[in-house]
Amino acid sequence: MFRFIVRRLLQLVPALFGLSVLLFIWLHKLPGGPESAILGERATPEMRAAIRENLGLDEPILVQYGRFMRRLIRLDLGTSISTKREVTTEFLERFPGTVELALTAMLIAVALGIPLGYLAARRRGRFLDHVSVAGSLVGVCVPVFFLAYVLKAIFAEHLHLFPSSGRQDPTINATRVTNFFVLDGLLTREWDAAADALWHLVLPGLALASIPLAVIVRITRASVLEVLGEDYIRTAEAKGLTERVVRNRHVLRNAMLPVSTTIGLLTGGLLSGAVLTETVFAFSGIGAFVADSISHRDYPVLMGFIMIIAVIFVLVNLIVDISYSLIDPRVRVR
Amino acid sequence: MALLEVEELSVTFRQRGRRTVRAVDGVSFSVDAGEVVGLVGESGCGKSVTSLAIMGLLPRQAGVTVEGRADFDGTDLLRVDRRTMRDIRGRDIAMIFQDPLSSLNPVLPIGRQVTEVLARHRGLSGEAARREAAELLDRVGIPDPTRRLREYPHQLSGGMRQRALIAIAVACRPRLLIADEPTTALDVTIQAQILELLKELVRDSGTALIMITHDLGVVAGMCDTVNVLYAGRVVETARRRPLFTEPRHPYTVGLLNSIPRLDGGRGERLSPIPGSVRDVLPWADGCAFAPRCSRQVPSCVGGPPALVLTHTDRSYRCVNPVPPAAGPATPADSGTAPAPTAGGSAAGETRTTAVPAAREEESA
Ligand SMILES: Nc1ncnc2c1ncn2[C@@H]1O[C@H](COP(=O)(O)OP(=O)(O)O)[C@@H](O)[C@H]1O
Ligand code: SF4
Ligand SMILES: [Mg+2]
Repeated sequence: MFRFIVRRLLQLVPALFGLSVLLFIWLHKLPGGPESAILGERATPEMRAAIRENLGLDEPILVQYGRFMRRLIRLDLGTSISTKREVTTEFLERFPGTVELALTAMLIAVALGIPLGYLAARRRGRFLDHVSVAGSLVGVCVPVFFLAYVLKAIFAEHLHLFPSSGRQDPTINATRVTNFFVLDGLLTREWDAAADALWHLVLPGLALASIPLAVIVRITRASVLEVLGEDYIRTAEAKGLTERVVRNRHVLRNAMLPVSTTIGLLTGGLLSGAVLTETVFAFSGIGAFVADSISHRDYPVLMGFIMIIAVIFVLVNLIVDISYSLIDPRVRVR
Repeated sequence: MALLEVEELSVTFRQRGRRTVRAVDGVSFSVDAGEVVGLVGESGCGKSVTSLAIMGLLPRQAGVTVEGRADFDGTDLLRVDRRTMRDIRGRDIAMIFQDPLSSLNPVLPIGRQVTEVLARHRGLSGEAARREAAELLDRVGIPDPTRRLREYPHQLSGGMRQRALIAIAVACRPRLLIADEPTTALDVTIQAQILELLKELVRDSGTALIMITHDLGVVAGMCDTVNVLYAGRVVETARRRPLFTEPRHPYTVGLLNSIPRLDGGRGERLSPIPGSVRDVLPWADGCAFAPRCSRQVPSCVGGPPALVLTHTDRSYRCVNPVPPAAGPATPADSGTAPAPTAGGSAAGETRTTAVPAAREEESA
């Protein structure tokens, strides 16, 4: 198992290398080159020349790429054009919020989606099945930001059950350690801060969970239906095993294989979807920052964001592969 | 008294947008304690559906109707509640299926698949369950059982997988074992070994066995009684020897003639039954076999032929049966036995025991 993980980690190297090349080319093929990206279109020729010199843009392309890579490896993503702060610093501050939100959404989607999908398959063609199939169709169709507005209007502004914005009640004077607010509260034993941070996660988490939830319900349902028709389930029933054992040990274990792959693939979409959700709930994650960077053409920030999303995506899929091989001995390497 | 008494079992599949299928249409047969009973017929005649109905394993959906009785030791299996049926399955009645690879859970070690049934019905757990599982694997002829317990189905050969499934089936010493074409998916030489193993296990433990097969050659070596099925009904029931020497139903004769023979090379051709299983007449309108039958007479159609009981062990459903003397179209002087689909010395052995012995009796 250890060697399997190491091998999969080594396989990441070429993937990330390829991505860095793509990013580098992208940056250099921008209209007007990187200098217009930084200065905007109205820059004077003198300003352009100065910045070209400053960035070393007149040097051979390979030298430039070498420098680009060295900085990437040192996690030096450059300086944000709009905030004039290190991109890395900005990310360390804002990314934890987004990760918290994405994790919450994924937990909600998995915790609701798998049981619902299972029940829909078991009650195929009956009421619950129709409801969940229709519901999951709605789930993928309704735009996340619209759902976010609706949830906020009903549960925050009308019923006052949940906070309507932010990550933490400003009256709580919480200590910051990791910028993962829930984790910080737990680490510093400021339980009220942890609970409050969790409370702030519910509505944006639900909004963001809608698409993965809908997808997980459908995939689980289809996968369970397929497994239910397998001969080994008939064998399990022929053994007289209890319904619970048949369900957990035989049906779900096998049905989880395609579901775990799907969960990995959904993660990328979840991080992008977080941008809009965060905007609605004024949730200070990476979302609003990245949205601003797009309109300000803050390329260092965007590049860093793409790079981080790619790394996360690849890592999540590594985790999926590992869990897959834990479930299914046929893919395990000897 | 019979251990299992199946009476007028019928199974109907009604599906929206599809033709209603009466897969089993009034099957009756019985199994005594410790008896080996064959259920033989071409594919599609309702053998699997019959066995799944007895096991309570048919899909529980609207549209699937099961009628009749299946009395097991005084309990009607078709009417028992689901919880009781779960107690009976695996403990009193066990089943082995056709495809050993797909019948084993691919993501669980073999050991777990054996111990879970020990845990469910015999209350064994931990080390005791593992020891018993290893013993079971050993009993069904799996070498190095402790290592095999940790392996997964894909690491075993086809024969070993079927042995593992047999180990699971006999784990709780059931009184009845149902084997649905247990060798069809296996190599010929392995087939003979598995049949031998099954024969040995039921003989040693006194377990009754329902042997389901489309190949009369398979039952020749092991069954005490044979039921021949056609279109969801039993058309002939006989003890093994009389069935082979004096088949009365034209369909049984057809099946016997389509068994490949060991000496089949010398100009003698297999004579498969003309037509296809799909050319059936609904039993209500007459004999279902009529469209394919060479002995058809006018009275064959118009209503289902009555069951004719010749003596206690013998019955057939035909208005113009084959006369007793005619026998199968086997050259009497060749002295060969119906043989399995192909060579394999053990396979030949399995069958030769049955029929020549029967011939001796006949000539005596
Ligand atoms: N679940 C099902 N739904 C509809 N028809 C079925 C189902 N299972 C079996 N049948 C039909 O019942 C008939 C008998 O099938 P089966 O018992 O499997 O035959 P065999 O004798 O080969 O085991 C076939 O015509 C088959 O198509
Ligand atoms: S009843 Fe008639 S058609 Fe049917 S098997 Fe007998 S002879 Fe043939
Ligand atoms: Mg079958």
